[in-house]
Amino acid sequence: MVEKIQNLEMSGITKRFPGVLSNNNVNIHIVAGEVLAILGENGAGKTTLMNILYGLYQPEAGTISVNGKSVRINSPSEAIQLGIGMVHQHFMLVPTLTVCENVILGLSKTFLVDLKTATKRIKEIMDRYGLAINPEAYVWQLSVGEQQRVEIVKALYRGANLLILDEPTAVLTPQEAKELILLLKNMSAQGNSIILISHKLHEVMAVSDRVTVLRDGEVCADVNTQDTSQEALAKLMVGRDMAPCKRDGKFSPGKPVLELQDVFAKGDMGTNALAGVSLSIREGEILGIAGVSGNGQKELAEVIAGLRKVSKGKLVLNGKESTKMSPAKIIEQGLGYIPEDRLHVGTIPSFSIWENLILKDHNKPPFAKRSLLQNRVIMSHGLSLVEKYGIKTPNLETPTGRLSGGNIQRVILAREITRSPVALVAAYPTRGVDIGATEYLHSKLLEARSNGIGVLLISEDLEELTSICDRIAVLYEGQIMKVMPVEETDERILGLLMAGIVEEASI
Amino acid sequence: MEGVMNSAIIISILATGIRLATPYLLAALGEMFTQRSGVYNLGVEGIMMMGAFAGFFATLHSGSPLMGIVASLLIGALMGLLMALVSVTFKAEQGISGIGLYMLGWGLSGLLYRLYVGGITSIDGLKTIKIPLLSDIPFLGPIIFDQNVLVYTALVLVPLSGFILFKTSWGLNVRAVGNKPEAADTLGVSVERIRYQCLILGGMLAGLAGAFLTIGQANMYADNITAGRGFIAIALVYFGRWSPWGILLGSLLFSMADSFQSMVQVLGINFPYELAVILPYVVTIIALAISFGRVWAPAALGKPFQRGTRG
Repeated sequence: MVEKIQNLEMSGITKRFPGVLSNNNVNIHIVAGEVLAILGENGAGKTTLMNILYGLYQPEAGTISVNGKSVRINSPSEAIQLGIGMVHQHFMLVPTLTVCENVILGLSKTFLVDLKTATKRIKEIMDRYGLAINPEAYVWQLSVGEQQRVEIVKALYRGANLLILDEPTAVLTPQEAKELILLLKNMSAQGNSIILISHKLHEVMAVSDRVTVLRDGEVCADVNTQDTSQEALAKLMVGRDMAPCKRDGKFSPGKPVLELQDVFAKGDMGTNALAGVSLSIREGEILGIAGVSGNGQKELAEVIAGLRKVSKGKLVLNGKESTKMSPAKIIEQGLGYIPEDRLHVGTIPSFSIWENLILKDHNKPPFAKRSLLQNRVIMSHGLSLVEKYGIKTPNLETPTGRLSGGNIQRVILAREITRSPVALVAAYPTRGVDIGATEYLHSKLLEARSNGIGVLLISEDLEELTSICDRIAVLYEGQIMKVMPVEETDERILGLLMAGIVEEASI
Repeated sequence: MEGVMNSAIIISILATGIRLATPYLLAALGEMFTQRSGVYNLGVEGIMMMGAFAGFFATLHSGSPLMGIVASLLIGALMGLLMALVSVTFKAEQGISGIGLYMLGWGLSGLLYRLYVGGITSIDGLKTIKIPLLSDIPFLGPIIFDQNVLVYTALVLVPLSGFILFKTSWGLNVRAVGNKPEAADTLGVSVERIRYQCLILGGMLAGLAGAFLTIGQANMYADNITAGRGFIAIALVYFGRWSPWGILLGSLLFSMADSFQSMVQVLGINFPYELAVILPYVVTIIALAISFGRVWAPAALGKPFQRGTRG
């Protein structure tokens, strides 16, 4: 059994990547039973720091000590031997293997796999922390939240008592996130140390004992959670005062620009993912779609963009029926689309920024004349958008896939909004994006609204919906439960509707 | 020619079918391991040619088919090692390196034969071994239990491969490496080592499949003796959805059709000869068309592994 980590210190850690000083003289420390949150914007150096602790990177300077003894961690397996476990943001699970097989992978050294003993030990761990997963289930059958629990079990099975979680709630539904927070509290209460990397303030406030804030690779604060507040942390993290976006009271919607009439569509599994959706989005308004993801949101966005066939019902875009239009025709009709998968659907990751910025108009003047791309026009267009939308990039030739999530979102937003659409569909635009970028995206959506664009905003974040939407519709199992002006909603009503409960919600 | 389909003929068709299935089974089971680890080796045909020559040559000179078997296993392992070097260590595109291996095997085996043997020479190949008691079972006995040692090996390998793949630690590693190498890597399973092992194993079985053609069936060597069997074996891996039992089913389907067509010719049954010859291929194409789908394929198939490409 590994010696328990009573305290761990990283001091003077410095790590340089070509062109960036990712960590500069960073100090952190943690004791047994503590939940330490490492807070910072994307690119602040949080993940680099944790990858150093987990043995994936070697620092240029600085030391790590466990229980007062200085250690060198050269590889993940050495980190595991010290009792450090890490749950990556992208899960490291083999989908075609069972939970049990995933947990023992790499540990099983006997000729035959002893699943029985392993299952027993897994059950012991799950009982101890109140984790419920079926060890015999295949990983591909599990929800994202369950897969995350498998990752946690995997680390615990290897004797980890210090657990690093990298943005653990980025992929979870609000309900799953709540369960995870309870689990983390339970684990720390039983003497385990937890390092939580996050940029979600309310989460950090809810679960951590102490917060270390990183900004531009340096520690800019180390405070006890109870001595601070969300506002103070936000200011520390971004380095300036935050002004959360709120819509102004002026609301004067015009004529409908996008209408759905009793729309049905099949999901990937062949079942009705949309079952009779009727909605109307007007000029100059933001209509929010609330709901737990997987209730037809993806299909709704795809149907509107012409990427999924409508099996019944009618769509009207800008006064013309668009039910059977091709995506190209729909774009021409004035639809802007910020897809859920920003990297692979929203952009072509290996294409440069200038290429992605003209993707929808590359065959038209002024970008193309007689089939030839007009480089000078395109480049000046690209430069002006990079500047106007604050896209952080070395240059225009950089492949878009190398940018951070927030910056990719800015590229898409720049492309979609400069085309001056009549309607804009935005699916989870701020998911996994830091606060600075979120604030910016909100301001841009509100700007689109005041320019008379009809915006459909799909989100799981109720705070986001209630702060910038004019009306909110709740989607549950492919049907619209209710459409309400934002003034008539609150978190409780929306939560009930999201769970499919209508009666109580209307009281 | 009424009543020509009597039981003796049916037994003969089925026994021949089992025998003809052997090279497909051996090569396809080997390729199954290779693909399960995430590498597809299109060079199976070339390895089979080398195995066919090595088996023939060693038997010719030693007088013992057993030496032929050993030689084919060795040459197969070497060819697998070469493929591993190119596709795993140097991370070359697998399809291209496989085709290269195929051409190497074809050219080299033909060259060596012309250099060291020359004219048509026949050898004393493997003898059939009647298994006591079992071969006395009516109907089944003469079909299954009156064959040569390579046929038995191939048949035993079917359940054995399933056992290795699904019950042993090594099999677990293979399945993990072929589906999500980065996960296996973070847990201390060496992706490269597993892929090397699988490619060498696959090469040995392909070599053995080739040897079967010369020392277990024809008792001689001829240019292009494999006649595309290596490629069909690769198709059978897909048809069998990377499972030993599926591969057995596919191999039998193909070889039975083949056996049937040759019997049709021999007996002069009133059935157009040209149609009979294309029958096995038609059956395979139809079966593949019906069963095809990449859903079952190992997710990392064809992708060289590079540590730390993410994040």
